[in-house]
Amino acid sequence: MKADPHGVLAGTHFIDGDHACCEGALAAGARFAAGYPITPSTEVVERFAARVPTVGGTFIQMEDELAASIALQGAVWGGAKAFTVTSGPGFSLMMEHIGYAAMTETPCVFVDVQRGGPSTGLPTLPAQADMMQARWGSHGDYEIIALCPNSPQECFDLTIKAFNLAEEFRVPVMFMMDEVVGHMTEKVVIPPADQIEVLPRKHTHKSIEDYLPYATNGDMVPEMAHAGEGYKFHVTGLTHDERGYPNMTVQTQDKLVKRLQNKVRSAADRICLFEEDGSSDSDVVVISYGITSRVAQRAIDLARERGLKVGKLRLITAWPFPEKKVSELATRVKGFVVPELNVGQMVREVERAAAGKVKTYAVPHAGGGVHDPEEILQATAEASRC
Amino acid sequence: MLNVFDDTVSPVEPFLRTERMPHIWCPGCGIGTTVNCFARALIASRVDLNSLALVSGIGCTGRVAGYMKLDSFHTTHGRAIPFATGLKLANPRLNVVVYSGDGDLSAIGGNHLIHAARRNIDLKVICVNNLIYAMTGGQTAPTTPGHAITSTNPYGTFEPAFNLPHLVEAAGAVYVARWTTFHVRQLARSISEAFQKKGFSFIEVISPCPTLYQRRNKMGDGLGTMKYYKEKSKVSNGAPTSEVGLTLNGEIAVGKFVDRDRPDYQSMMRVQYVEFLGERYLEEPETECVCG
Repeated sequence: MKADPHGVLAGTHFIDGDHACCEGALAAGARFAAGYPITPSTEVVERFAARVPTVGGTFIQMEDELAASIALQGAVWGGAKAFTVTSGPGFSLMMEHIGYAAMTETPCVFVDVQRGGPSTGLPTLPAQADMMQARWGSHGDYEIIALCPNSPQECFDLTIKAFNLAEEFRVPVMFMMDEVVGHMTEKVVIPPADQIEVLPRKHTHKSIEDYLPYATNGDMVPEMAHAGEGYKFHVTGLTHDERGYPNMTVQTQDKLVKRLQNKVRSAADRICLFEEDGSSDSDVVVISYGITSRVAQRAIDLARERGLKVGKLRLITAWPFPEKKVSELATRVKGFVVPELNVGQMVREVERAAAGKVKTYAVPHAGGGVHDPEEILQATAEASRC
Repeated sequence: MLNVFDDTVSPVEPFLRTERMPHIWCPGCGIGTTVNCFARALIASRVDLNSLALVSGIGCTGRVAGYMKLDSFHTTHGRAIPFATGLKLANPRLNVVVYSGDGDLSAIGGNHLIHAARRNIDLKVICVNNLIYAMTGGQTAPTTPGHAITSTNPYGTFEPAFNLPHLVEAAGAVYVARWTTFHVRQLARSISEAFQKKGFSFIEVISPCPTLYQRRNKMGDGLGTMKYYKEKSKVSNGAPTSEVGLTLNGEIAVGKFVDRDRPDYQSMMRVQYVEFLGERYLEEPETECVCG
């Protein structure tokens, strides 16, 4: 369906990534946000708080991130599209409810504007060190989707994508920004509402008598109902059967947990977005994401000026990890260079997908700033010599 | 229309997911009694069941949501109130009831309890207080009276307990009552009254856990506890909540302690937005933006 025109601020803007993310959420149809103040993410909900009363929705500032991350799920079951926004310390508190959203198949978006950690770390400075937490932070086996914008324009475009993916797969989607992308001001073009595709909720058409909240029809994603429609359905974080009723058996657990994983894994080719430039006929491919991809671009340009055959693979989807793509590249190139604002997270996935076929060069950075392109260039030169 | 005088079928049966019976509660447990009172209150208050949502946390009382034939949500430990807050704000037409235990609502969920009362979110909270953590084996709760024996205070508790009516009144609740599971008619009436209130209502139900609390404290079985509730309860409507704290073997003040009016969260929000934004304020989306 097309976006609700009330939520779409069509035009050309000069805004930062946090503000663009808010506009993306509004364009995607988000009419509820619950938040708790935390740098460097707060501007997203500050803008939402100002905008949402004029488009028909609600913002509530909750007492903590635990509350924010579950209030938004109450709103989803009440019939809204909803999200929350935070940074590392708040993201840690939200892990409980990322698991709840995965288990109850509540479509929603968690925005994490990453800053340096661990703990309180560097509140005003960037990092990309929550990437593994986004994937594995809650207990138990589950799958999520994570996207990594590298510009304010992408903060707008991909926030819409994040909401659409959440609805399609009924999963929590992690929107992994970083402080630089969040606070960087650039041109953002917001198209008119009739040019924005928004995915509607997978709401059931079944009668009250025939509806089973967690039954699937081949595509592994069950149909939803909302509270107040007469379905009288049950939702629980306990292991449950197709009726949504708790069922503590090995068989039910096996069926449920595998479906929660397979509904995402089986669609990985479609979910995995990336940007390539000369990656298949290069000696070395620089694999990066988020703000680091823009620093890496400078390093790639410098390397090419020096005659090195260097390609680019920018991950837009971090989870599920595009392992098929990386694995395929590993058969064609000599090495991978992986710069990221952490001391080694996504590089592990690259190594796993490369499976020893090519050498992987990590370019770690503990956060607080971005890489010097020279560091990435050196790693690229070293990888080219092999 | 349900005939409440037909004694061949329990009047509460239509409210239950009978296919899920038997339930998990122990013999002598009071939670089932509270469910019975709740169902009777629904009959009496003629609440539209299609617009009623039930939200529970974790624990023995947390299982109530799963047994009632309503839109029901069994959430995470302590987070029933913030979930219910989001549900209510997204769909203000819903009647939202939070049904959970004392540990869930006042320990791990204590922060949410006081803030929901402060905001005066239009929720009805039924807190079944069995004075311990029962599901996990009888550990000390913030409500456990001094000197009670629990699995984590085997030589008796010594930390002061919360007086929940006092806490929620101070935080801003508009309706506060307490009954025991002996007071089935009074409890059902209080729940019905809460459905007439707009704002944060809190009903505490003192309830036995014969398996863990009564047994360890040599207070008898379920029947013995009923006798204790009968003998030691004192109806104290309007009593200052500062004076209704519980002790191990002492008097139990019951009744309606608080019944007052102040604007609920959504009313205050509406007034503020209208004042500031005038006609620019849009209460609901004009275009369907979720289901297409």
